Amino acid sequence: MSAPNSSFDPVEVADLSPQAVAAAVTAALTAIAGASDLAELKDVRLTHGGDHSTLALANREIGALPPHAKADAGKRVGEARAQVRQALQARQIELEADRDARVLVEEAVDVTLPYDRRVAGARHPLTTLHERIADVFVAMGWEIAEGPEVEAEWLNFDALNIGPDHPARTMQDTFFIGSEDSGVVLRTHTSPVQIRSLLDRPLPVYVICPGRVYRTDEFDATHLPVFHQVEGLVVDEGITVGDLKGTLDHFAREMFGPETKTRWRPSYFPFTEPSLEFDIWFEAAKGGPRWIEWGGCGIVNPRVLAAAGVDSDRYSGFAFGIGIDRTLMFANDVTDMRDMAEGDVRFTRLFGAEF
Amino acid sequence: MRIPLSWLRDYVDVPSSEDIEAIAEHLVRAGLEVEEIITVGADLQGPLVVGLVLEVTELTEFKKPIRFCRVAVGAGNGHTDTPGERGIICGASNFVAGDLVVVALPGAVLPGGFAISSRQTYGHVSDGMICSERELALGQDHAGIMVLPPGTADAGASAREILGIGEQVIDVTVTPDIGYCLSLRGVARELSTAYGLPLRDPGTTLVELPAPAGGSPARCVVEDLDGCALYTLSTISGFDPKAPTPQWMRARLGAAGVRSVSLAVDVTNYVMIETGQPLHAFDLGKLAGPVTVRRARAGEALETLDHVKRTLSTEDLLITDDRGPIGLAGVMGGLTSEIDDATTDIALEAAWFSSAGVARTSRRHKLSSDASRRYERGVDRVLAPYAGARAAAFLLELGGGTYVGMTAVEAPYEQPAVRLDVELPQRIAGIDIGAADVVQRLRAVGCVVADGDVLTVTPPSWRPDLTDPYDLVEEVLRLGGYDAIPPRVPRAPFGHGLTQTQRQRRRISREVAAFGCTEVLSFPFIGAADLDALCLPPDDPRRRLLLVANPLSDEAPGMRTTLLPGLLAAVRRNIGRGLSDVAVYETGAVFLLREGQPGRGITDPPRPSVTARPSEQDLAALYDLLPDQPQRLATAFAGQRSPAGWWGPAEPAGWADAVESARAAAAAVGAALSVRSGATPMPWHPGRCAELIVDGAVVGHAGELHPRVLGAYGLPPRSAVMELDLRAVLAAATPVRLDGSLSGYPVAKEDVALVVGSAVAAADVAAALRAGAGELLESARLFDVYTGEQVGPGHKSLAYALRFRAPDRTLTVDEVSAARDAAVAAASAAVGAALRT
Repeated sequence: MSAPNSSFDPVEVADLSPQAVAAAVTAALTAIAGASDLAELKDVRLTHGGDHSTLALANREIGALPPHAKADAGKRVGEARAQVRQALQARQIELEADRDARVLVEEAVDVTLPYDRRVAGARHPLTTLHERIADVFVAMGWEIAEGPEVEAEWLNFDALNIGPDHPARTMQDTFFIGSEDSGVVLRTHTSPVQIRSLLDRPLPVYVICPGRVYRTDEFDATHLPVFHQVEGLVVDEGITVGDLKGTLDHFAREMFGPETKTRWRPSYFPFTEPSLEFDIWFEAAKGGPRWIEWGGCGIVNPRVLAAAGVDSDRYSGFAFGIGIDRTLMFANDVTDMRDMAEGDVRFTRLFGAEF
Repeated sequence: MRIPLSWLRDYVDVPSSEDIEAIAEHLVRAGLEVEEIITVGADLQGPLVVGLVLEVTELTEFKKPIRFCRVAVGAGNGHTDTPGERGIICGASNFVAGDLVVVALPGAVLPGGFAISSRQTYGHVSDGMICSERELALGQDHAGIMVLPPGTADAGASAREILGIGEQVIDVTVTPDIGYCLSLRGVARELSTAYGLPLRDPGTTLVELPAPAGGSPARCVVEDLDGCALYTLSTISGFDPKAPTPQWMRARLGAAGVRSVSLAVDVTNYVMIETGQPLHAFDLGKLAGPVTVRRARAGEALETLDHVKRTLSTEDLLITDDRGPIGLAGVMGGLTSEIDDATTDIALEAAWFSSAGVARTSRRHKLSSDASRRYERGVDRVLAPYAGARAAAFLLELGGGTYVGMTAVEAPYEQPAVRLDVELPQRIAGIDIGAADVVQRLRAVGCVVADGDVLTVTPPSWRPDLTDPYDLVEEVLRLGGYDAIPPRVPRAPFGHGLTQTQRQRRRISREVAAFGCTEVLSFPFIGAADLDALCLPPDDPRRRLLLVANPLSDEAPGMRTTLLPGLLAAVRRNIGRGLSDVAVYETGAVFLLREGQPGRGITDPPRPSVTARPSEQDLAALYDLLPDQPQRLATAFAGQRSPAGWWGPAEPAGWADAVESARAAAAAVGAALSVRSGATPMPWHPGRCAELIVDGAVVGHAGELHPRVLGAYGLPPRSAVMELDLRAVLAAATPVRLDGSLSGYPVAKEDVALVVGSAVAAADVAAALRAGAGELLESARLFDVYTGEQVGPGHKSLAYALRFRAPDRTLTVDEVSAARDAAVAAASAAVGAALRT
C-alpha cells in the first residue's frame, strides 16, 4: 500500500483509474452472470465482492490519495462496488428461484393417490335423525325426556286411557314380559314417557320423547317389530289446537324446508281428544311432490291428565308422535326397512355426513 | 269398509257435479281415512252382454266336461251366420238351457289383458266366452259361471250396469271410536253433515211389514241383560230357499266386497252394511225351544260356522236353544242351526251385545267377524228392531213366505247426558266458537242439546263413544274443520337444553364413530344359542334373562343382558356380505333382573286406579316390576384395522383396538378410565383381555375373543370386542380444573429404557415412573417395547419419553437428572425395573 502523500498524483495509482475500476466491474458482472448455481455464485462473491477483490483492494488505496482526489476516487469505487453487490444479490435471487423450482418439481407427488388408510366409522342415520329432531325442540326451550324400554303396562296402557279391553293390549300386538298378566310389556310407543314426565316434572311440561318401541310385527321389508318414535308433549295453561298446529308446522318446516305444508285430519287415539292425523306436503318425494302421512296428534285427553294427577280444569296440553324409521324411509328413499335394522355398514356409512 | 257411491247416494242427494274425489275429500275431513278409490271392473273392456242359453250340448270325447252352447246374445250381437246368437264352448256345468249368463263377445278384453276372440277349439268355433265372477274380477267365485236371476234382463242387454261395472267405490278405514261408520248409514250421515244436506236415515225408518200371521213367532229369553240389552227375533215361515238374490243386490254386495251366498245370507249382509246392525238368520226348523241368551256353562262347546269346534269360557255370551249353544253372541253362529238350501222357516236375530263382552269373546277365541268388528266398536243401541224389520221385509219380498211376527227382550235404555261448558270448545280450539255454533254442530251429530251456559248434551244412540265433554269438543271442532284454526306457537319456559348425560352420550357416540366404528342398532332379543356361542358358564349372571311371553322367535325369547350377541351377529353378517374388515359399535340398554326378580315376571301386578295420580307406594311398586336397564357401549373389530396401501402394510385389528375404543369413549367425557389385566370372563381370551376400571370398579372388559367364541361365530382370528357400562363412565366424568396457567419455560426431555420382567404390566411401570418423578414431570409416554437377546429371556425393555417442566423457571440439568433418577428408582422399587444400559 502506498503511504499518504499530499503531492501524490492519483492518476499514478493505477488501481483507482477509471479504466481499472470499470474493468474490475466488468469482470465481476461477467463472473456473476456466468455463475450457474449458488455454489459458483458463492465463489464469485468471494472473488469479486470479498475483502480481497480488486475493488476492495482499490478501495483501500483511496486513503493514499491526496485530499482533493479522494472524493472523486471514493465515489467511483463506491458506485462500482454497489453495482457489483446489486448484481450479486439479483443473481442470488435468480439462482435461488431456479433451485427452488427445480427441487420442488423433483419433490412433486401424485396427489390423487388415495389415502384410505384410516377407515371411517359412522353413526346410524336413525340416531342422527333422533338428535336432529330433538334439537329442533330443544331450540324452542323443550327438554328431552327418556324412559325404559321394558315398561309397566299401567304406564304403557292404563294411564293413557287404553282400557283393559283395548285390542292393542293383546299378544297380537304387544310383547309381554313373562306372561300376559305380568303387568310388564315392551313399550309399544314412547307415550309412557309422557306419563313419567307428568309424574316427575313440575308443570308446565314441554318435552320431546325419542326412543325405541316394540310391536309384534313380522320383520320384513315393510315391518319392523322394533322401531323408533319421537313423541312430544306440552301441558301448560291455555294450550289449544292452534298451539298444536303451530308447533308441528314449525317442526315440519325445520325438517323439510320453509315451504313445507301440513294437512290436518280428524282421527282417533285413546290418549288424545280431539285427535288428529297430520300429513306433510313433501316436495322432495321420489316420484314427485305428494302428501305423506307423518304422524298423529291431539289434545291430551283429560283422563290422561287425571291419571298423572294434573288438574285438567287449569291445564290443557297437546301431544304428537311420529315414526323415525318411516321418516327416514320417505326422506331418504329407503325402500327396505331391514336395511335400517341389520347393521350392514354399507348402509350406515352412507349417512355418515351431517345433512 | 268399501262404500259404493251409488249406494251412498241413496241416502244423501249429493249434487251429481260432486265427483268421487270431492266426496272422498269431504269424508277425510270428517275423520274417515280413505284408503283408495276403486272403479269396479275398471279393466274390463269391450262388449259384455246378457246371454240366454238356448241349447247345451255335452261334448263327451274329452277328458274333462266340455259343453258347446248356443247362446242368444241379442239381435245386433250375433254371429253373421247365426243372427242373434253365438256358439260358445264352456267348461263350466252349473247352468242349463234357459239360464241367463254373462257373455264376453269377441273384441272384449277381460282383466289381465285376456282378449276374447272367435276361435276354433274342441272341434267347434267358440264365438265368445261365458264368464265367471273371477274372470270378470268381480269376486272370487270360480266354482262356475255367473248365472243371473231369471228376468234380470233380456238377452243382448249390456251386462255392465247389471253387474255394477263402472261403480265407484271408496274404501275407508274407520277408527275405533266411530263404529257407526261401519255402515252406509253412518258414512251417509257424515256426508250429509259435510254438505249440509238432509239424510234419509235407513236406521230410523220402520218399514211396514204385513200383519203377523201363521202361528206364533219364535220366542226369545235373555238371562244377561248387561251383555245383551236388546234382543229381537223375527220369524218368517214358508220362505223359498231357492229364491235367488236379485242381481242389483248382488252387484251392490260385490262392490262392497261381500260375496253373494244365498238370499237369506245376502239380505242379512246387505242390511248390516246398510245400517251397521249385524243380523243372523237361524234355521227355525233346527231349533228346539226358545232362543235363550246366556253365559256359557262350564264344559260347553260349540262348532262355529267356520267349522272350528270351540271350548267355551263361562264368560262367553251364547245364543242357545234347549239343546245347547247355537251361536257365539255377536261373533259367529253355530253350525247346527245354519240355514241351508232347504230352509223354509227362518228366525232372524237382530240384537245389541256389549262391546266389551264381544271384544273379549272375539279375542279369547281369536275369531273376528264382520259382526264382532261392529259390536266391538259399538252398535246403535236402539237399531235392532228397525234393521230386523228391514231385513224381514226384504226376505218376504224376495223369498216369499209369511211374516209370523217379532219377539223382543229389552233392558231399560237411557243414554246418559254429558254436561258441556259451552266455552270449552273455543278454549280448546283457540278460536271463537259461538254457543249457537256449538249447539248446531252437536245437533248435526245427532245429539239432543238443552241450552244453557253448561249444555246438557244427550248423544244419539249410535254414538256410544261420546261420554266426556272432550268427546263433544272433538265433534264441534271436527265439524268446524281444523283448517279454520290458525296456528300459533306456545312459548315454552326457559329450558335446560340437553342434560349432561344426554350431551355426553351424544359425544361418546360421535367419538366412537370417529374412532372408526360404524353404529349398529340390533334387536335386543337373545336366547340360549347366543349365550352358548359366547361360551358363558352355566352360572354366569348374563344367563339370567328377562323372558318375553310371545317372542318374535323361539330362538331368542329373552331380553339381552349384553350387547355382544347383536354386535357379533352384525359383524358376522357384514363378513358374510363380503366386507372382511369390520369395526362396529352399539350403544343401548341391557336388561338385568334385579335381586329376587323372576325372569318370567309376577302374575298379580299392582294396577292403580287411573282416576287420580297413583300414590308414591303404588308408583314405587310399578317401578319395582321393571328390571335394571343400564346403557352400555360395545365395540367389535375384525379383520384389518387399516388396510395395506402405498403407505405401508396393513394393521390387523385386535385387542388393542378394543381397549383403545374404551379409552376413547371415557376420554371423550373426561372420565378417568384405567386398564389392568385381571379376572377374564367369557367371551374373552384369558391372556388378551383388559379389565376396564373407573373409580376403582370394574366397569367392562376389552380384548380379543376367546378362540372358542371365534369358532362359534365363525369370526376371523384375533377379532376383538369391548363392552362398557356407560352409566359408570358418565358418573365418573370429572370437569377440568386448571392448576395455574401454562408454563412458558423450556421443556427438558429425557428418555429412559427400563428392563422389567415379561409379566410386569406397562401400566404399573408408568404409574411408578409418574409417582417417582414428582411434580416436575409433564408427561411420560411409552415409545418402544423391546424383547430379545439384549435384555435376555423372561424380560422386556420399556422405553419412555419423559418430559419435565417447571411452572416458574428453567430447570437445571441437575434438577432434571434428579427427577429422572427418582422416577427410575420408584419404578425399580415398584416393579424391579432396571435402567437399560
